[in-house]
Amino acid sequence: MAATTTVDEAARQALASACERVEDATAADEVDGVAPGLVAHPGSTAQVAEVMRAAAGHGLTVVARGRGTKTTWGLPPARADLVVDLSGMDQVLDHAAGDLIVEAQAGTRLSDVQQAVAGARQRLAIDETVSGASVGGTLAAGTSGPGRLATGTMRDLLIGVTVVRADGVVAKAGGRVVKNVAGYDVGKLVHGSFGTLAVVTEALFRLHPLPAARSFVSVPVEDAAHAHRLTQSVVHAQVVPGALEVDIPADGPGTLTVLLEGIVEGVLGRTSSTLDLLGPAAAVSDDAPDGWASYPWPVDAAGDERATALKLTFALSGLADVLEAARDAGTPVHVRGSAGTGVVYGAVPAGTDVAAVSVAVDRLRATCTSHGGSLVVLDAPAAVKQAVDVWGPIPAIDLMRRVKDRFDPDHRLASGRFVGGI
Amino acid sequence: MSGTHGTNRTAGPETGPVPPEATQATGETGDRDRALAAVTQRAREVVPEPGVITDHARLRTYECDGLAHYKVTPGLVVIPETVDQLAAVVRACAEHQLPFVARGAGTGLSGGALPRADGVLVVTSRMRTIREVRREDQRAVVEPGVINLDVTRAAAPHGYYYAPDPSSQQICSIGGNVAENSGGAHCLKYGFTTNHVLGAELVTPDGDVVQLGGAAPDAPGYDLLGAVVGSEGTLGIVTAATVRLVRAPEEVRTILAGFASTDHAGAATSAIIGAGIVPAAIEMMDALAIEAAEEAVHCNYPAGAGAVLVIELDGAAVEVEHEFGEVERLCREHEAFELRVATDPAERALIWKGRKSAFAAVGRISPDYIVQDGVIPRTALPEVLRAIADLSESSGVRVANVFHAGDGNLHPLVLFDESVEGAGEAAEKVSGAILDLCIGHGGSITGEHGVGIDKAAYMPRMFNDEDLDTMQLVRCAFDPNSISNPGKVFPTPRLCGEVPGKRKGVHPLQESGLAEVF
Ligand SMILES: Cc1cc2nc3c(=O)[nH]c(=O)nc-3n(C[C@H](O)[C@H](O)[C@H](O)COP(=O)(O)OP(=O)(O)OC[C@H]3O[C@@H](n4cnc5c(N)ncnc54)[C@H](O)[C@@H]3O)c2cc1C
Repeated sequence: MAATTTVDEAARQALASACERVEDATAADEVDGVAPGLVAHPGSTAQVAEVMRAAAGHGLTVVARGRGTKTTWGLPPARADLVVDLSGMDQVLDHAAGDLIVEAQAGTRLSDVQQAVAGARQRLAIDETVSGASVGGTLAAGTSGPGRLATGTMRDLLIGVTVVRADGVVAKAGGRVVKNVAGYDVGKLVHGSFGTLAVVTEALFRLHPLPAARSFVSVPVEDAAHAHRLTQSVVHAQVVPGALEVDIPADGPGTLTVLLEGIVEGVLGRTSSTLDLLGPAAAVSDDAPDGWASYPWPVDAAGDERATALKLTFALSGLADVLEAARDAGTPVHVRGSAGTGVVYGAVPAGTDVAAVSVAVDRLRATCTSHGGSLVVLDAPAAVKQAVDVWGPIPAIDLMRRVKDRFDPDHRLASGRFVGGI
Repeated sequence: MSGTHGTNRTAGPETGPVPPEATQATGETGDRDRALAAVTQRAREVVPEPGVITDHARLRTYECDGLAHYKVTPGLVVIPETVDQLAAVVRACAEHQLPFVARGAGTGLSGGALPRADGVLVVTSRMRTIREVRREDQRAVVEPGVINLDVTRAAAPHGYYYAPDPSSQQICSIGGNVAENSGGAHCLKYGFTTNHVLGAELVTPDGDVVQLGGAAPDAPGYDLLGAVVGSEGTLGIVTAATVRLVRAPEEVRTILAGFASTDHAGAATSAIIGAGIVPAAIEMMDALAIEAAEEAVHCNYPAGAGAVLVIELDGAAVEVEHEFGEVERLCREHEAFELRVATDPAERALIWKGRKSAFAAVGRISPDYIVQDGVIPRTALPEVLRAIADLSESSGVRVANVFHAGDGNLHPLVLFDESVEGAGEAAEKVSGAILDLCIGHGGSITGEHGVGIDKAAYMPRMFNDEDLDTMQLVRCAFDPNSISNPGKVFPTPRLCGEVPGKRKGVHPLQESGLAEVF
């Protein structure tokens, strides 16, 4: 484990004048085994800017934190002198119901955003895959759930963003309207950047109407080929699925579930068409099946108790192969995720021998790559992260480094956490 | 300068302010000539005939895009057939610090493909292969010169289509769509180009070939593809795109509704969206636009309408049926005096005919016009339309409104007659004031046509220096020497640092007095 950082007095002073609440870090503030020196709790974009300027002035490395639900994801940062905790920035700033947009501070919980817009029968169409997650953390980690089949990911929902750069400069991109092509889409760069490019402080999203009705049609799947066949039959049909998920535990038969959402009459009709497609074993429910919109690993495990958490992507024609490879990975892998978009998650249980995990990662990665996709180890015990290639090969890595170097020339932000050591 | 002049009746090069930077970049003419000669020679080595054009008369056929008001004869035109040829030419440009501009079909409405007299225009019209249509994956892989509608044509036998549908879809290229992040009437429901491009092969301004994204979603690392889409050719040239194909809907219903005024039509629009309905499209035309369309294509829109809405619903049949009832009810509730419903493709085409011909039609009632592309929050529609009407009245400049009402993307057509002294300037003023209205309502200066050379001067009204500097960081990462479509999108090209000695002395923009032009 890395040593605890000590922050000198001058830097402390500078931070204290930048932001009211600056505290010594505790064990709870560790970033994947790296102990930070201080935690700053800014309350506004202006304060984040002050904090970042102070950090820049004193050469401090910084890790931004939303609600801390995914701080161990990716690789551990090389250093973390300062954690910038955004949980104090928890306001929904604006909900323009007639325009179907919402603006929130980065530390706002997704659930609070949903609550704020639900009164107008609207929703931010992003699944909360880890309970308690913030807007900014979800954006930076680029998480998504079953609903991505119909409404995409935060990448598709983000229409404007305010960031504080590593040098403390505040910048905005995008705007308040859904349709806008003025200037570069910096929001896209921030999405999924794991906090290595800039600190997101505010974000604007387009909203969707809350569906009046929904139903889940589930069917047991015999094997990979069966899941593949059913998936193909649903995506090419006219049932307009809201989600198409598989959940295949390592040791038992799996399930395929289709979500249908919309107006009551429509959902009724499409549910019955889906039942026809999925065959006599299919059943309808008003409620989501267990594990819906969550990962196949326990998200509250820490340290070596963590499962190895995999994200696998592939072109749809690769579904059977990927599921097959998970079965033949040499070690148990529980697969769950969006069969309809080619984004599934895999869990290798905690305690699995590192060498076995490594073999599984290699096999699955090879399969995903052969189907135009990739495999990322989102989280894992330290020994696994050291043994495997967490991010895998990245075709445009040189360009990515150049982007990082322009935005954060001193590699102040979460350096080492992201692809290629960025 | 802002907006588009009617392409058939543009002010000529002598009256239109050609951006001087574009005609000649630096004082070091000798160096530039030598560089151009070197790149020409290299192009001849790698690009087969007739892909290298140096003849002046033929170069002139590329002097403008859809914004014909600006004209610059390119120094060289290269039309490569393969990515390797294209990359070799870009590499030669990089080696000699020569600017290059990508061009697809040249239908852009913001001067994005305006050539450089001291540079190379790289045209993608010989890269038109649809490499793959993969139904199982719901993907197609296409070369940049492929025409938008051809992707849908190739997908149609499989029951699929390519969703982004700019009105120019019969002629514009996928490369141009990617560069502009083009929209279309149906983007209200289905999103823009950026939501439908999953991968791209990019020739960087260094001449390297990189793959961004791919057939699968969520490629790890920074979403460089997301930055490239909509970057208007300033981050390199896209040489292939992997696009999402969307299942063709089971049912489509198109409705034409006539209203007394744009206020009523705007309120109906808000009511429909407010009811939780997401139509595939809601388009509005005001009285002047209807008049123009009527004269041009005899679309037989409801007589006496102050505004019409074209509303399209698509999806599963049961849903469409139900939503149609709702839309009908809401239109009547907001005093639609006439409703027409198309149920077959022929009737649908008839309804769309008026809307789709609107730009061209306006050319018949006015010798010149400027098209704006500002966006406002949808709820501000009635207010902004009234303000535009006031502007029009007080200035005496006629404005026809045709637009994507569902997402607040206005296309005011500012009418004038260039032969009348001062008319052009008056139209410019109104046009600029409309953009200010959009910005004032929290909107954007461009919803789909791009900034190009045309609206670069308006960028600082929407973004401050820090915002623009931050965007510039992206530019500098991709193109530190600023050779990929320089002078577009950003008002004052900034230098990237670390690349010394490219431009010496007074900046060419200042030298040429471009600041005064704008
Ligand atoms: C009648 C008419 C209607 C239109 N309707 C719409 C509409 O509804 N919605 C809409 O969004 N637009 C519309 N447009 C604008 C225009 O058609 C689009 O912007 C289109 O995407 C441009 O494509 P193009 O191939 O003509 O590109 P060009 O005009 O050739 O180029 C446009 C820009 O893209 C760059 N570029 C071209 N190819 C590449 C490449 N391979 N790699 C990198 N950069 C490249 C160019 O440098 C330039 O900056 C309309 C235009 C006309 C004339």
